[in-house]
Amino acid sequence: MDIITCNKVVKKFNDFTALDNISLAIPKGAIYGLLGPNGAGKTTLIRIMNQITMPDSGEVLFNGTPIKQSDIAYIGYLPEERGLYKKMKVGDQALYLARLKGLSSYDATRELKKWFIKFGIQAWWNKKVEELSKGMAQKVQFITTVLHKPSLLILDEPFSGFDPVNVQLVRNEILEMRDSGTSIILSTHNMESVEELCDHIALINKAKLVITGGLEEIRRNHGKNEVEVVYRASEPYQFERTGMTSVVVDSVNKQGYRAVLEIEKDSCSSKVLKELVSNIDIISYRELIPRMNDIFINLVS
Amino acid sequence: MKNSKIFLIISREFLVRVKKKSFIIMTLLTPLLFAALMVLPTLIMTLSSGDSGQKILVVDRSQICAPFFNDTEELEFTFDSNADVESLKKNFPEDLYALVELSEPDSALNLSVSAISIKQLNIGSKRQIERAVQNAVEKTKLERYDIENLDNIIKDIRTDITVKTFTISDKGDEKVAMVEVNMGISYIASFMIYMFIFMFGSMVMRGVIEEKTTRIVEVIVSSVKPFELMLGKILGVGSVALLQFFIWIVLTVGITAGVQAVIGVDKITGNQEMTEMVSSQAGGEVAETMVAVQSNDNFMGELMSALSDVPVTSIVISFILYFILGYLLYAAMFAAVGSAVDNEADTQQLIFPVTLPLILGLFIMIHTFQYPDSALSFWGSIIPFTSPMVMMARVPFGVPLWELALSLGLLVVTFFFMTYLSAKIYRVGILMYGKKATFKDLFKWLRH
Repeated sequence: MDIITCNKVVKKFNDFTALDNISLAIPKGAIYGLLGPNGAGKTTLIRIMNQITMPDSGEVLFNGTPIKQSDIAYIGYLPEERGLYKKMKVGDQALYLARLKGLSSYDATRELKKWFIKFGIQAWWNKKVEELSKGMAQKVQFITTVLHKPSLLILDEPFSGFDPVNVQLVRNEILEMRDSGTSIILSTHNMESVEELCDHIALINKAKLVITGGLEEIRRNHGKNEVEVVYRASEPYQFERTGMTSVVVDSVNKQGYRAVLEIEKDSCSSKVLKELVSNIDIISYRELIPRMNDIFINLVS
Repeated sequence: MKNSKIFLIISREFLVRVKKKSFIIMTLLTPLLFAALMVLPTLIMTLSSGDSGQKILVVDRSQICAPFFNDTEELEFTFDSNADVESLKKNFPEDLYALVELSEPDSALNLSVSAISIKQLNIGSKRQIERAVQNAVEKTKLERYDIENLDNIIKDIRTDITVKTFTISDKGDEKVAMVEVNMGISYIASFMIYMFIFMFGSMVMRGVIEEKTTRIVEVIVSSVKPFELMLGKILGVGSVALLQFFIWIVLTVGITAGVQAVIGVDKITGNQEMTEMVSSQAGGEVAETMVAVQSNDNFMGELMSALSDVPVTSIVISFILYFILGYLLYAAMFAAVGSAVDNEADTQQLIFPVTLPLILGLFIMIHTFQYPDSALSFWGSIIPFTSPMVMMARVPFGVPLWELALSLGLLVVTFFFMTYLSAKIYRVGILMYGKKATFKDLFKWLRH
């Protein structure tokens, strides 16, 4: 079952088409990467899912039924351009945002206290937002996004502005929430975190959906069926003898060589390794799966 | 649920502003300032009525003026028609405030008067000297006509006419009316509406810009509809306005009553200088009428009677209605302008169509409080954008019920219509950054 289904969503701003017939399904309990270059239409799509803007045509289903205003209570949205009221106290502000999402004052306070302790920021409760650094404000924003335990979490560049320690903290929270069943849409330009976190991705370019599917599947599909072997030998091994094609062969140092081999499509590693083990002294072996970064650049340009 | 969200927004907007130090200071200081403006001149007058017993030496070569210089608390005149002015100038006596020299009059009784002093002569003393010489010369001129019983004739001629104005109700009951009182109330009420709309409208606009520049707006519109956010802000600021207004009234009444009790009513109301000063802020027209009123002997009595006949209830009710509706109408437009810009400096061009009718209303009002029943006043008080100011200027003079109903009805309809349009601009505007919006853009947003 999918948490969000977009059916032929179209959005135009006067002459400019922001979204052109976008259809995609976002599965439950997984992290879904929404990728695309700047200005591709990601933010517009996210705003449509949040009902901030309405599509010109097409429909958005939430849990299988057309999305309605009351569904926003089940969605948590961390926009890319985010901020807080500068003059308001951190605690008051978090409470306000939580109550706008429909939490009672009592529940919101209780949950907030928990999160503030978890993030080690209890001391900020009575500080004004303008006294916080950017990273500190980001922490508060993250908390206010997840506080009402949304079943769908939409995060637009959630790691920007955080130091590595806090990136780790937020990353772990995201994974924990996924494991407890929250569906997450992650929009980011950081391809490393896409590889690390996402189960599925969709790539949008110039208002059109370019590709969508499981991350591993897409990476494999874009690979050239190559493996990299590093081995000990006094001279390069002639791989052609075993019926394999070597693309690159170069020396690592005096004792070792590195070779990139083309293998048959869908052949499993154990079969290839069996072949190699009997002939050479292997130091390392890995499948060459293309990086998301390369796939992204390849598909967009 | 939806209603409770709007309520949440209203209460945040309200509390954030009410808790501000600047609000508390403004709210408490403004009535003090008003009261000070009313009371201070009197206080200054009673506390320091100038230096008393200042000596003025009058060198009266005309031989006719001396009897017309009367000593007052401040001034003490001595006369010496043979004094040597030149030597006195060179060696000016320390205890002398001023030296007044009157030349010998020619046959047509023209004479020149000069006053010499070390410190600049103050205006009161100057006027007193002028009046004395003027009286003397006029009297002498009259005497030259050689009319018998001149004094009696003059006494007989002196007349003092004041028109007592009454208004008649349908039943034929007469009521004392003082046009000056109505004009004063009309001017003040109308000006206050203008000031409040401007002040709190801009407050709404600044609030919208703040949400945009801090970028919190996208977070909020993911929880509530943009329209709810806009309406909540407008109503929240509106409640601030009503609270402030209420406190001001209570404080002003309290302070004025307190001070009156201490100093005494006659000193406050019977003081010409004070009236001039207060009314110079309210505009020349009022000043004249107030001064005219002042010279009336029965002023207090008639003022009280006129005040008691002012339709207080209808003024208060229409003030509140026109303030609320006028504020709502303009606040929505201010919000739309705020949504279209990234910072306050960019509002200049876009704010023009909003402030123009407001200022126009103020101009019409200045005409209306003198001519409440002219065609301009009538139309100004019916057309919704100017009606809050102009109708408020007419109400103290009495307005037919149907005109009030029509004007209010149109105002309500326009408020809904403008809020609808503003909300459309607002919805698009709050999420637009970077490009400076033009009127063309705003029209495009309306069609989205």
